[in-house]
Amino acid sequence: MTDKDVLRRGMQVLGVAIREEPRIFAAAVGASALYGATTVASALILGQVTDRVIVPAFRDGETTTAAMVTTFAVVFGIALLKALGIVGRRLWAGVMQYRLQATYRRRVTRQYLRLPLAWHHRHPTGALLSNANADVEAAWFPIAPLPMATGVVVMLVLAAVSMLATDWALALVGFVIFPAIFFLNVAYQRRQGPLAMRAQELRADVSAIAHESFDGALVVKTLGRENEEAARFEAAARELADANIAVGRVRALFDPLLEALPSLGVLLVLLAGSIRISHGDLDPGELVQIAYLFTLLAFPVRAIGWLLGDMPRAIVGYDRVRSVLDAEGESSYGDAAAEKTGPAGLQARAVRFGYLDGADVLSDVTFDVEPGRTVAVVGPTGSGKSTLVSLLVRLVDPSSGAVLLDGTDLRDFRAGGVAAAAALVPQQAFLFDDSIRDNITLGLDVPDEDVRAALRIAQAEEFVDRLPDGIHTQVGERGTSLSGGQRQRIALARALVRRPRLLVMDDATSAVDPRVEAAILAGLRDGGTGPSTVVVVAYRKATIALADEVVFIEDGKVAGRGPHQELLESSLGYRRLVDAYERAARDREQNAAAAPADDLTEDEEVPA
Amino acid sequence: MTTATAPTPLSAPAEKQQSGWAVLRRGLALSPEFKQGIAVTLVLAAIATAGRIIVPLAVQQTIDNGLRGDGGTDLALVRWMVAGAALAVIATAICSYAMNVRIYHASERGLATLRVRAFRHVHDLSTLHQQTERRGSLVSRVTGDVDTITRFIQQGGLMVVISAGQLVVVTALMLAYSWQLTLLVWVCFAPLFFLLKAFQKRVAAAAVAVRVHAGRMLGAISEPVVGASVVRAHGIEERTAARIDEAIDGHRVAQTRAQTLIALTFPMGEVAVGVANAAVVIVGVLLGVDGQLTLGELVAFLFLVTLFVMPVQFGVEVLNEAQNALAGWRRVLEILDAEPDIADPGAAGADLPRGPVEVRFDNVGYAYPDGPRVLHGVDVTLAARSRVAVVGETGSGKTTFAKLLTRIVDPDEGRVLLDGIPLTGVRFASLRARVVMVPQDGFLFDASIRDNVRYGRPDADDAAIGTAFADLGLADWLAGLPLGLDTPVGQRGESLSAGERQLVALARAYVADPDLLVLDEATSAVDPATEVRIQRALDGLTRGRTAVFIAHRMSTAESADEVLVFDRGVLVERGPHRELVGAGGTYSRLHASWAAQQKPAAD
Repeated sequence: MTDKDVLRRGMQVLGVAIREEPRIFAAAVGASALYGATTVASALILGQVTDRVIVPAFRDGETTTAAMVTTFAVVFGIALLKALGIVGRRLWAGVMQYRLQATYRRRVTRQYLRLPLAWHHRHPTGALLSNANADVEAAWFPIAPLPMATGVVVMLVLAAVSMLATDWALALVGFVIFPAIFFLNVAYQRRQGPLAMRAQELRADVSAIAHESFDGALVVKTLGRENEEAARFEAAARELADANIAVGRVRALFDPLLEALPSLGVLLVLLAGSIRISHGDLDPGELVQIAYLFTLLAFPVRAIGWLLGDMPRAIVGYDRVRSVLDAEGESSYGDAAAEKTGPAGLQARAVRFGYLDGADVLSDVTFDVEPGRTVAVVGPTGSGKSTLVSLLVRLVDPSSGAVLLDGTDLRDFRAGGVAAAAALVPQQAFLFDDSIRDNITLGLDVPDEDVRAALRIAQAEEFVDRLPDGIHTQVGERGTSLSGGQRQRIALARALVRRPRLLVMDDATSAVDPRVEAAILAGLRDGGTGPSTVVVVAYRKATIALADEVVFIEDGKVAGRGPHQELLESSLGYRRLVDAYERAARDREQNAAAAPADDLTEDEEVPA
Repeated sequence: MTTATAPTPLSAPAEKQQSGWAVLRRGLALSPEFKQGIAVTLVLAAIATAGRIIVPLAVQQTIDNGLRGDGGTDLALVRWMVAGAALAVIATAICSYAMNVRIYHASERGLATLRVRAFRHVHDLSTLHQQTERRGSLVSRVTGDVDTITRFIQQGGLMVVISAGQLVVVTALMLAYSWQLTLLVWVCFAPLFFLLKAFQKRVAAAAVAVRVHAGRMLGAISEPVVGASVVRAHGIEERTAARIDEAIDGHRVAQTRAQTLIALTFPMGEVAVGVANAAVVIVGVLLGVDGQLTLGELVAFLFLVTLFVMPVQFGVEVLNEAQNALAGWRRVLEILDAEPDIADPGAAGADLPRGPVEVRFDNVGYAYPDGPRVLHGVDVTLAARSRVAVVGETGSGKTTFAKLLTRIVDPDEGRVLLDGIPLTGVRFASLRARVVMVPQDGFLFDASIRDNVRYGRPDADDAAIGTAFADLGLADWLAGLPLGLDTPVGQRGESLSAGERQLVALARAYVADPDLLVLDEATSAVDPATEVRIQRALDGLTRGRTAVFIAHRMSTAESADEVLVFDRGVLVERGPHRELVGAGGTYSRLHASWAAQQKPAAD
């Protein structure tokens, strides 16, 4: 982007902000204009006081009480007005900035809720989080200096007018010095901006390395890689130090320059002013006024530079936020309601699914689940089971084919219709930063007895009761205070309390102790929450045994269907997968019988 | 003040917090870079400070001597004076530049050293892997806390000296003009100092509230992202939106409250200037009428008053910042002062000779610090070259056994010996090369599969890595990945499934080529067929080594030479599977329960 583009695009972003909050902006600019005007006025008044009060008093050796009182009132009054302007400017600038942040965070997160899961899959979690947080913040960063910068424009115009009205020669000095300060500051921001951004990135790198290294501490320790990790961290830390020094050098150069320029300006005013006074074209009060104005204006003029300095970052932030807000792709809903009661029937019809950039994960998957039946989906790691499960509850839509619930295409249900009939228990349980009870009900109005019943079937009642506040215990962000197995059981209770007509479990008890899992499965079979149709992804035979039928998935295709025993006989792949342990045990027994002393003789140490 | 109460290294929490000065002294001692060339920097600072009064001085001189000198206007004097003052301003700027550069250099280099030291030290502290909830705070020790110190030193530390210097120099010049007006100006600004200080406290409290709300808001906005599928699966979009709105509004209100306080605090300086100016004019005129003050001196005072605001405002801000910086520095020093509880004996330690390792637990017990005892009197010898399975229910002490064996923790009773050498006496370099554990969660670094496997042995080439996967029976899996070894695994390896992460972790341990391999439920998340395949491969690969399997599935125990059975922290049974399975003890029960899981109930 050229500088012109940055300015144009930056102004567009500011324009958006002003259109969003016109009233607050007007108030902030009004206050800031007051601040600008009173700043110039305070110098004017000091000049007037010098000419009308101070000089005559020193000349005549006397003064009046009236002059004293007026002087005090005017000088102090202007200072109060200026203070008022500053309060309003800062306050409303903050309010505007925070309101914009809140508005855009709300819009971005609404979009996250609205966009289909397929869209989420295409975007890394970290990027989405920073869109809603850091990018929104960056986009509205220039709002903080914006009112001040507009106030400064007012200040500069008034100062120019007052200088011209006072003396053309001194005004000329001003017209040299102030543009110089302005451009120096623009150059400053432009030099510093990229360096500061780089330092910020490196700071994030240092933090990421520390996070990763401490998270993986056990691996670091067990492989004895502490020094290598320290070296990796040191490289990043040194690079950050160098980047900070680069930023520091720019500051070290420009800060003194920006301080020196107005001082030189005042000195020039003194020189030119003295000459003008000697010719009788100026009086001392006017000289004081202009010199004082110089010292007052020196700092605020920089605000325009800050505004311009924030722009590149704001544009990047705004563009990223915009790309979320403009994202297309909404799940379409029909108007079918899932009014039926009792277990649901489920059909997968020639379902094909592929992620945007890859080969098909599933192809031509067809099977039926009769109402009230339990079907196990079995397949090796990476065969597409989890994808299938997310299609069954319409987290994603198939690329072609259809999934039907009670004969209705999932896409024809109205929003919330599928969720009302079907519940999914995912492999990785996600808990909200909330109490256990609220994590189970998720806003559903259910009595405590039902929550307890669900917890009981999920084998979670016992450990929940041992928690300090029972079902009202807060679980912390993402449930970090609970173990993986405990989180899974809460997620299971969450599904059960909804009395789903279709319950889909995606290897949902993998982190649970085998014995506890057995109890959970027994509870499900006893129909503790009323009759429902169950689809369960499983490895363990006991889980599979619960099923009336097995769908065996291999490489994204249905490689076999039927009752467990039938499949064992008809499908070699299936037999290999589920019988692995038994076969291993059998093999071992045979080997042991054939060569009993095998492992004692085989690896004699080679004598040194 | 701090007389000889010898600090007892064991009672760290009981010890009194180090005073601010002590922290500063220790901190400076640990980062010698800060003090390098500090004398020159201070001289530069003194010059830079003195430079601030050039302008008011020039104004006074011009008015009093240039314009009102006895011979009317003395333009020559004004010219010389302006030229001299301009040179002084330029010299001041150059000194400021040099001073700033020196500060940035010294502070950044010094803090990088501190950061790296603290980071390295954290890896020696066992809290790192015992108290996962403390990890975040450990990270902030080497990031945020150090940044606070940097900010303080660069923008606060020396600036506070300069500000104080500025007050001194300005006051000195004022005194040279008029002691009465000087007193007056001080009287006008003294309340400002206390007023700002009082407000600063409230501002700081409001800033803390903003941070708390920001944390809450970040948590809420992560829900529709991290929990995207849960939100959809249960159709709770509206509830989630309401939670987000509440958190966002809470944050906004806290921000506005803090900003209101700041907005009210900020212009207090302006008001003080207004009062001071008005008072200076009135009293100055009265003094001037009395002949005690010249016109130039009075005008110079008005310029000097503006130089008062900045140091006062700054001083208050820096006082607050100093508290934070000292607190941050104290926290970093705490880390460095914490004794590494699992210490490397270093050069004094013994090397383990290569070859199969014999393990002996000599009446070992372990309790977590301030926690329950998790292991009691374990007394067992594992023969070199044996394959041992350790089984037991969750919480029986299996994982603690593995951690003791690999010296992730040290026992508080008894000893662990490898080949007769106590573990505490083995050099880490030797221990970590010979003994490798594969932890349960298969943590991977955000890099390619190749780089992750190389973590076990940095000089492993592609052929060696390929062989490792092939030896483990995983060549097919690797070949199935479109990018092969170049496949990025994502943060913590999360682009791979839990099972796949374990496969990479296994290969990583395998290339390290240890003599004692400890696997802590290292294949718990892979499908049965793959697990059996790995198990079979491991059976072959661990020949000639000692291998300890912490087992989740009993299939592992079946193939081991010996099984150790733990129950509530006690080693209750040991022996080969075929002896234990029928003995009617804990193992029989565990095995029967597992076997029932494997068989369809209908059978």
